[in-house]
Amino acid sequence: MDMNVKKKKLGLKEKYAHMTRGLDWQTSYQPMEKVFPQATFEGIKIHDWDKWEDPFRLTMDAYWKYQAEKERKLYAVLDAFAQNNGHLGITDARYLNAVKLFLTGISPLEYVAHRGFAAAGRNFPGVGPRVACLMQSVDEIRHSQTQIHAISNYNKHYDGFHDFKHMLERVWYLSVPKSFFDDAFSAGPFEWMIAIGFSFEYVLTNLLFVPFMSGAAYNGDMATVTFGFSAQSDEARHMTLGLECIKFMLEQDPDNLPIVQKWIDKWAWRGIRVLSLVGMMMDYMLPKRVMSWKEAWEIYFEQNGGALFADLARYGIKVPECLTQCTEDKEHISHQAWATFYQYGGAAAFHTWMPNDEEMDWLSAKYPNTFDKYYRARFTYWRDEAEKGNRFYSNTLPMLCQVCQIPMLFTEPGDPTKICYRESEYEGEKYHTCSDGCKHIFDDEPEKYVQSWLPVHQIYQGNCFPDGTDPTAEGFDPLAAVLDWYHFNNGHDNLDFEGSRDQANFAAWRGMATKNT
Amino acid sequence: MSKVFIAFQLNEDTRPIIEAVLADNPHAVANESPAMVKIDAEGQLVIKRNSIEELIGRDFDLQELQINLITISGHLDEDDDEFKLSWLN
Repeated sequence: MDMNVKKKKLGLKEKYAHMTRGLDWQTSYQPMEKVFPQATFEGIKIHDWDKWEDPFRLTMDAYWKYQAEKERKLYAVLDAFAQNNGHLGITDARYLNAVKLFLTGISPLEYVAHRGFAAAGRNFPGVGPRVACLMQSVDEIRHSQTQIHAISNYNKHYDGFHDFKHMLERVWYLSVPKSFFDDAFSAGPFEWMIAIGFSFEYVLTNLLFVPFMSGAAYNGDMATVTFGFSAQSDEARHMTLGLECIKFMLEQDPDNLPIVQKWIDKWAWRGIRVLSLVGMMMDYMLPKRVMSWKEAWEIYFEQNGGALFADLARYGIKVPECLTQCTEDKEHISHQAWATFYQYGGAAAFHTWMPNDEEMDWLSAKYPNTFDKYYRARFTYWRDEAEKGNRFYSNTLPMLCQVCQIPMLFTEPGDPTKICYRESEYEGEKYHTCSDGCKHIFDDEPEKYVQSWLPVHQIYQGNCFPDGTDPTAEGFDPLAAVLDWYHFNNGHDNLDFEGSRDQANFAAWRGMATKNT
Repeated sequence: MSKVFIAFQLNEDTRPIIEAVLADNPHAVANESPAMVKIDAEGQLVIKRNSIEELIGRDFDLQELQINLITISGHLDEDDDEFKLSWLN
């Protein structure tokens, strides 16, 4: 019998060097700056692209091997989930609404991230970052696809899952995450890397995927936890790329520091605003909760982000300006966001509800400084009114922030009873923002943000009705026309969870799953 | 000193990995949540190929960690024998 003799293989460092260097070439009949036109206009100076190194030292051959393994594991679970009616194993049908928000608000962004990293890889003249961007671009389309596949199983049974792509480009609350990525993608490749690679992936993505996915596991959603962790296994690499990118920019030239700092400040605040949606999912939409938004914030932003910024201090990087504001906001934003969605529950493609007594007690315990003082009485009043048949729905349209596009729902620093808004003027027109952070971003680049496609403005301008709608017709119902244009199934996708088709079906099907009649 | 961390999915593949990490890093603390474990450590955390191989009884490539990895914090330095996370401050 032949002995199995181990062949001497290249070490990881040598293999990385061979497979990520020398793959490029100098142009001959076109100048390099015409081939890489986006590499310089942002003002970032790079002297030696070869100084870039991926600490994972991942090469394409290993990449395909491990990604294939992740996919095999994921799809085995998804098959088992579908074959065994896994959707009936979740804690409570209310939970599904968090998944609807995820599918409509987050999965399409994975696709935009795929495009953005493909573009960044194209636009960077260095081979190391190009290889890393290529892998991340392929990762991101994988995330988008696996999320759509995993969640499509719910679309067979429940409302609100049917047309996420159409909704993303139209619906008022989905413009919040959409505009975040549009803002990043319409910037240059270096700002994109700080926006998505660093601020989103390194500083914020843990807050989205780790506690929320653990929450999905807690709520019996095997499909979501599996795609979530499968995606997150790539995120560890993305975070590393983001951190590497920032160190690389800072080490290449001292002139890069103020530009990088400005982007960190901007994108930390933009990201934190988007995450209000996640705060609300964790505190209100998971029937069984793993930890509060505030606790997740403290672990993943304050402690982990604190360690990161302490480390980056050696380059002269300072903690983002918004941090003081965030320390106050962590006690409020999830309650304020959920209160808003509850009031606008007629215009959302998922169900809303008020927490029951046990859930309110949990919120009191997790938010001892704020929940009872500012929110409990209002929520109890709404719940009592709903029980009397007076479920409150707001039929007016809120003013939106010109930058983050969130309705003006957040409160003044130091006064949680007063709505915060700021005003700027540009070329004789007034623009409104929700906070000092967003005003600062607007004032720095007004020519960019005056172009924002704000859903409420668009509705008022008559741009959000189906073709052929006559708004002057007798009895015209503008909200119904907008929901029609959104492709919402009015009366099924929206309104309160209590009395919904999801609630009735889940109860009936779970009953059938446990009885013989 | 700041803390670094690494989180893994909880499954049969990661059980010996977690055991090896905790044995090699006595200052590390494992925190379990549903479906995952997060290992926190002051300053740095080192994962050694040899220690994992001893527990699983076969060759192990440290890049296999990526299959069940959830998240990390700290600067990473990976070669054939070690996967090291640290903060420099």
